[in-house]
Amino acid sequence: MYKHSVELDVSKCTGCTTCLRHCPTEAIRIRDGHAVINEDRCIDCGECIRVCPNNAKKAMCSKFEHYQDYKWKIALPAPSLYGQFDNLEDVDTVLQGLLDIGFDDVFEVAKAAEYATEYTRLYLKSEGIKKPVISSACPVVVRLISLRYPYLRDNLMPILPPIEIAAKMARKKALEEHPEFKESDIGLFFISPCPGKVSYIRNGFGDYKSEIDVVISLKDVYFKLIGAMKKDNSPAIASETGMIGVGWASSGGESSAILNDDYLAADGIENVNKVLDAIENGNIPQLEFVELNACTGGCVGGVMTIENPFIARTRLHSVRRYLPVSVNRLPKGTHYIPENVLSYELPEYTPIARLSKSFSESMRMMAEIQEIKGTLPGIDCGACGSPTCKAFAEDIVRGQADISLCRVMNCSPKGEEENDS
Amino acid sequence: MSESLTFHFDVDGEDFTSAGQASVQVKKNLRRLGISPEIIRQVSIAMYEGEINMVIHAGGGKADVVVSEDKIEIILVDKGPGIADIDLAMQEGFSTATDSVRSLGFGAGMGLPNMKRYTDEMTIDSVVGEGTTIKMVVNL
Repeated sequence: MYKHSVELDVSKCTGCTTCLRHCPTEAIRIRDGHAVINEDRCIDCGECIRVCPNNAKKAMCSKFEHYQDYKWKIALPAPSLYGQFDNLEDVDTVLQGLLDIGFDDVFEVAKAAEYATEYTRLYLKSEGIKKPVISSACPVVVRLISLRYPYLRDNLMPILPPIEIAAKMARKKALEEHPEFKESDIGLFFISPCPGKVSYIRNGFGDYKSEIDVVISLKDVYFKLIGAMKKDNSPAIASETGMIGVGWASSGGESSAILNDDYLAADGIENVNKVLDAIENGNIPQLEFVELNACTGGCVGGVMTIENPFIARTRLHSVRRYLPVSVNRLPKGTHYIPENVLSYELPEYTPIARLSKSFSESMRMMAEIQEIKGTLPGIDCGACGSPTCKAFAEDIVRGQADISLCRVMNCSPKGEEENDS
Repeated sequence: MSESLTFHFDVDGEDFTSAGQASVQVKKNLRRLGISPEIIRQVSIAMYEGEINMVIHAGGGKADVVVSEDKIEIILVDKGPGIADIDLAMQEGFSTATDSVRSLGFGAGMGLPNMKRYTDEMTIDSVVGEGTTIKMVVNL
């Protein structure tokens, strides 16, 4: 069973239909006055969290305070964290802040991202790979492809996302520097900008299990950090990341780093769907690499961030300005991607849209859907609890809704009411 | 089972920017029927190319996708200028598209050849000055 990280607080939900209309996979219905999420369809993109006017949707994360048993706690901040602070001059200030709020060490995900960039360049040079290569860094995109674009599965880059590379490197480093600790003494805490990465870490992909021990929300850490971060203290820890690593936080950062002009970078879940449709139909120009981020602006647009993604991106620009291009390079002459950062695991393709296992039954149901749809008002008001009249017709045929739920059809014409009174 | 299902689309020739939408819709419907991803891809590419052709050359038209037990038929009907030389039109790289359409990246002369490539059967009936009807079949 897939463990989702987007959850609903039923007591806050008013059944207002906002999330219903924004869900990109039509995974939400309103039933008994509140939203219900279809877990097979949900891709944990967090769109419903973003739009909910009642804060009834939230991302399930762990609290740092609840995991103090680890003897050596390592923070793994996503580079999007650096874009949250006003007038941040030096990333070191953030890293020192993390130590000050109780972490024993910090390992930047941006550092691993620079290695991921190097691996990507190597991968693009390999023979016999399916182009365009699609980045596997955004877990929402990977899940979307595995559920809805089975034909593009082989285009996904089989390299672990920076979080996992960071986790492996952080654990190895900790064990080398602190032989007094056992592996289980070390706690790896990922500071996540989005519920998509939380779900990825909880579920892994296929048989691959995440190396991260605890995921905490960037938002939570932000509020602890602003109290702890002081400009004048001289940080005892230094960032080990260049422009490329920090650049991964916003859309276009990952792809511009591959040093090849034949790339495309798209962000926002609707745009991602459009690009995937175009690749599947073969009607985009010849490309080497495609970077897709479910959130507008890239990871800085994650729902667990504080700052508007465009402001965060601008801030990252100024943070990046005086950084070296890249600090983490593979040794010269490296021709092979190490086995431990490769991952070919994907969740099994599940035809979630399929009406029935039997083709003839699907055909019958589809005909019924078309017939019912023709009788519905077609205004997609959402009052029945389904996102569109078409989805409502499908819900009726699947036995998940009753036609009496259509408020528009069951409303007596306005003129008659006025005549009565 | 002998019944078939028809999905009908009016392809709007006025709005170039909306071209390609029927193809997306067909894809969604075929997924509901549990058709295999490879077949869905073939149908949606053939459909897409046909749709674009109708918008570029014929000012729109009508598209029907008929699904039955053993095959999917795509029938495209337009009242455009017709194709004068079908053999020439089938050649890769041949196109009568205008420069403005080419500037958008279309008109590479791959539309009809791709439709043939991705389907099992294709027939073109065209009368100059009256219009074109294309039938394509993808076997299941």
